[in-house]
Amino acid sequence: MSPAQPPARGPGTDPRAAAAPGVDAPPKRRNTELALLGFAVVITIAGQCIVDITVTDALSPELATFSAWFAAIWLVAHLVVRRIAPYADPLILPCVALLSGIGLAMIHRLDIAGDQIGSAASREDAPVQLLWATVGLALFIGVLLVVRDHRVLSRYAYTLALVGIALLALPALLPDSISEVNGAKIWIRVAGFSIQPGEFAKICMIVFFAAYLVDKRDVLALASRRVLGLELPRGRDLGPVLVAWALSILVLVFERDLGSSLLLFGIFVVMLYVATERVSWLVIGLGLFAVGATAAYRLFGHVQARVDVWLDPFAYRNGAGYQLVQSLFGLGTGGLFGAGLGGGRPDQVPVAKTDFIAAALGEELGLFGLVAIIVVYLLLVERGLRTSLIVRDGFGKLLAAGLAFGVAWQLFVVLGGVTGLLPLTGLTTPFVAYGGSSLVANFALVAVLVRISDAARRPAAPPAPAPPRLGDAPTEIVQR
Amino acid sequence: MTAEIVLQVFRFGFLLLLWLFIFAAFRVVRADLFGGRTGRVAAVPPRAAPAAKRKGQRGLRTLLVTAGPLTGTRINLGEQAILIGRADDSTLVLTDDFASSRHARLTNRGGQWYVEDLGSTNGTYLDQQRVQGPLLVAPGQPIRIGQTVLELRS
Repeated sequence: MSPAQPPARGPGTDPRAAAAPGVDAPPKRRNTELALLGFAVVITIAGQCIVDITVTDALSPELATFSAWFAAIWLVAHLVVRRIAPYADPLILPCVALLSGIGLAMIHRLDIAGDQIGSAASREDAPVQLLWATVGLALFIGVLLVVRDHRVLSRYAYTLALVGIALLALPALLPDSISEVNGAKIWIRVAGFSIQPGEFAKICMIVFFAAYLVDKRDVLALASRRVLGLELPRGRDLGPVLVAWALSILVLVFERDLGSSLLLFGIFVVMLYVATERVSWLVIGLGLFAVGATAAYRLFGHVQARVDVWLDPFAYRNGAGYQLVQSLFGLGTGGLFGAGLGGGRPDQVPVAKTDFIAAALGEELGLFGLVAIIVVYLLLVERGLRTSLIVRDGFGKLLAAGLAFGVAWQLFVVLGGVTGLLPLTGLTTPFVAYGGSSLVANFALVAVLVRISDAARRPAAPPAPAPPRLGDAPTEIVQR
Repeated sequence: MTAEIVLQVFRFGFLLLLWLFIFAAFRVVRADLFGGRTGRVAAVPPRAAPAAKRKGQRGLRTLLVTAGPLTGTRINLGEQAILIGRADDSTLVLTDDFASSRHARLTNRGGQWYVEDLGSTNGTYLDQQRVQGPLLVAPGQPIRIGQTVLELRS
């Protein structure tokens, strides 16, 4: 089912008519986007149906409402993009729609599993997630409406940096009773709501990094000496990277959260590399990271526990490693083609809806399904990087590259944790995992990306006709 | 209980749907790469053409790069100011590690050319003198920016 017929493109609304004659405007591809969005919605609804039929032999009564709501969200998003960002990349929204749809189907499936066990902790999380997606849509529209030109963001770079640092620091300063969940102090829990401000801080910091690096990249790209074929930067230019490093270490120490720390520092180092084209920054970043990680391992118990579990999960299978071992078993059970949606036991993994949703997907969809999902992420990231290549201003380039890399890096860290490649972190799979802050923040991120891609693909405005000279202007009678 | 065959159809059907989506998405990517244009090229009208016909005053007509990576590059002098730096929108785009993105500007004031430093990191030098405020440039006088040396020629 397709959410709606594509609205006809009237000649009056088409700016192609306004373009200079003889120059054909590039295609906007909005109808492609609509078709792919329809496809993503169909896949989501199919997933829900399969879950219902496999597990309970009947369609759940809320299916119709759910489907209509989900379709409506993306239809509205599409119409808004068609209206205020008509040249935006046609693949960004469908990829996000498919990812959030698959996430919703899997959360629904885990809801049912919880009901069947009848555990007291079982909650209906899928409707809540749908509600969060609606909030996310509102923020998406809001960002697109307010930020009509992404370059405006660079003016608020330092304000955003302040906001970002405040958001990062807030959970560390609040008492544990408000901010701590499962050992990580990254939450703000007020009146039944829990917010993870780090997700929003991520976007603020990326905007700041982009603006800052555009300003300073000439200095940071200066080379001083060649050591082993590597052009080292000057000693005094190391300041910013050391500050970013210190910040991420502070996050690690005071919030006990490996994930945000790794995410922030990784994004900064890669953006530094993109801005300066100097490989030495990557090497320096890796070196600093190695130093920080070793120190953290020696000094902090929670880091040590994570690393021990990572090195040998089966030695801790009844304790700290239980989650990871269950996840590995799940992935193994899934095999190549998976157990089928609703056919596995993904609820065996603790907190499968948030941190371990990738393991649940791997179990039920198998390697083929999980790789398909990774390829959808890859497409999203590729569109972001492509936007970065074709956008004309340096700030937009860095911002798009930073946002796209942020998604890729977060996914890598999460999947690495779930599959035992990296130590576990508290990061969530973007768009897929259950969690309001993550979903809403990532919708805002997508809005910025859509805005930049609109600017990137929009044909350059034809040079404005020179205003008529005063002498040539026809006389007018001005009535008072 | 739902029949086993139905479950198998569901199981593989869903994977097929996922990959069909990816296939469709890749077709869009391909169309984007090889099909229509992506609005990347902004045709810039040749701005200097009318100015060049008018002939620069006092015989100064070209800016010549005499040293550095761009040696031999000539720019016709017109009425407009010439922006020199590593930024893409400069009149003379330098590929010099020691130049700033907006390094210096040459301006024509009443037929005479002045060089100004735009707050560059490594400075601009006229002969041996570091450029602080706008300085009058005589023909043949070397302007040094990083490793690049420029001269005004008639």
